[in-house]
Amino acid sequence: MRLVLEKIRLPLAPFTLEVDATLTADVTALVGPSGAGKTSLLDLIAGLRRAPSAFIELDGRTLTDTGRRAEVPTRERRIGYVPQDGALFPHLTVRGNLLYGLRREREPGPFTLEHVTEVLEIGPLLGRGVGHLSGGEKQRVALARALLSSPRLLLLDEPLSGLDWKLKARILPYLQRARSEFGVPMIYVTHQAGEALALCDEAIVLERGRIVDQGPAAQLIVPTGRPEYGLRGGAPAT
Amino acid sequence: MSAAEWQIVGFSVGVAALATLLILPPGLGLAWLLARRRWRGKALAETLVALPLVMPPVATGLILLKLLGRRGPAGRFLHDLNLDVVFTWRGVVTAMAVMSFPLLVRGARVAFEEVDPRLEQIARTLGAGDARVFLTITLPLALRGILGGTLLAFARALGEFGATILVAGNIPGRTSTISLAIYQRVQLGQDAEAFRLLAVAAAIAFLAVWTSEWFLRRGARR
Repeated sequence: MRLVLEKIRLPLAPFTLEVDATLTADVTALVGPSGAGKTSLLDLIAGLRRAPSAFIELDGRTLTDTGRRAEVPTRERRIGYVPQDGALFPHLTVRGNLLYGLRREREPGPFTLEHVTEVLEIGPLLGRGVGHLSGGEKQRVALARALLSSPRLLLLDEPLSGLDWKLKARILPYLQRARSEFGVPMIYVTHQAGEALALCDEAIVLERGRIVDQGPAAQLIVPTGRPEYGLRGGAPAT
Repeated sequence: MSAAEWQIVGFSVGVAALATLLILPPGLGLAWLLARRRWRGKALAETLVALPLVMPPVATGLILLKLLGRRGPAGRFLHDLNLDVVFTWRGVVTAMAVMSFPLLVRGARVAFEEVDPRLEQIARTLGAGDARVFLTITLPLALRGILGGTLLAFARALGEFGATILVAGNIPGRTSTISLAIYQRVQLGQDAEAFRLLAVAAAIAFLAVWTSEWFLRRGARR
């Protein structure tokens, strides 16, 4: 994967998001204190938000170029998004949610309903209403729904933050399996050092809208956490 | 109840339902625009839409009469098309539609605003275009609120008096609605007939508001 972010300037309330970076790792951790602009950056990449200035290119395809007034609409970007609460469609069943974005390719890839539900172990949930799922089940369904749209890039915005420590430990392996089984590049926002180390190759640190550090996750992040990066250590969250 | 009274009840329910159906497409469209888009003239549109709620209905009726009368700017054109509005059933429908439009728009707007925009955004990331997002996410999630607003608009249309009497008069068998007929019966001292119509009006209104409340409650719970 090669995601080019250039000349990104987006005024946010107390500061301006200013990003120039190229992401090449399979899984990149996007970390930083709360309110640093992480979700805004994801929204720009997904095309959910527009900036006065931005150039975004994914694997050679220009998605946003404000200089040439080019903007690929969100629906054509093929960028999956798993927000914090999962944002499942409450009026649909689990199956309805999963099928919403299912792309049937001419050459069936790894993203079939059977394969994804098997890897994430959500087969038994298919007929259920979304309101009857636990937090961990919701996040697995949200992840499966995003995967089934055959994304070229997956954005995960603190997907485990609403879960308790035990549940996190159970869901994390699913994310690792999703990574190894489907090979979709990911940008993973988290406040948990352990998650970042378990999943990510590289890390970028965002602070008040600017990248203050970028490099291999193993070098930037230590299991005990880095409070200045908004990262908590491996101890159970309270 | 006499055959004439049943005719009045049937006619009233029919034109009120027609008026409600007619305002649904523009009402939902406007409600969505007010809830989801920023545009020039939005504040003005909001005010104009709310006007019939706060203006005396008779005054609204007078405006409609001047617009739609045979010498009015719209009325002349409609007369050429053989679609006279004033003092016909079309006048009743028009008065009802104008008077209940604000209620529908308000109800639907609140319903649209209560749909989490994040869900619509996620649907876009899954490959859905504007129409699909509206039809499969926004509309179903707002449906109960919209149904509640629609029933309120229908009830308001059914009770419409002030604008209707100016635009459509009270022609027995042609433009006489329950409200107009009750007024006329009371004027003529036919209290028993007036009370029978009153009972029917109260029953229909009760049912409409009760169902509407039920929808709105169910919508809020979700």
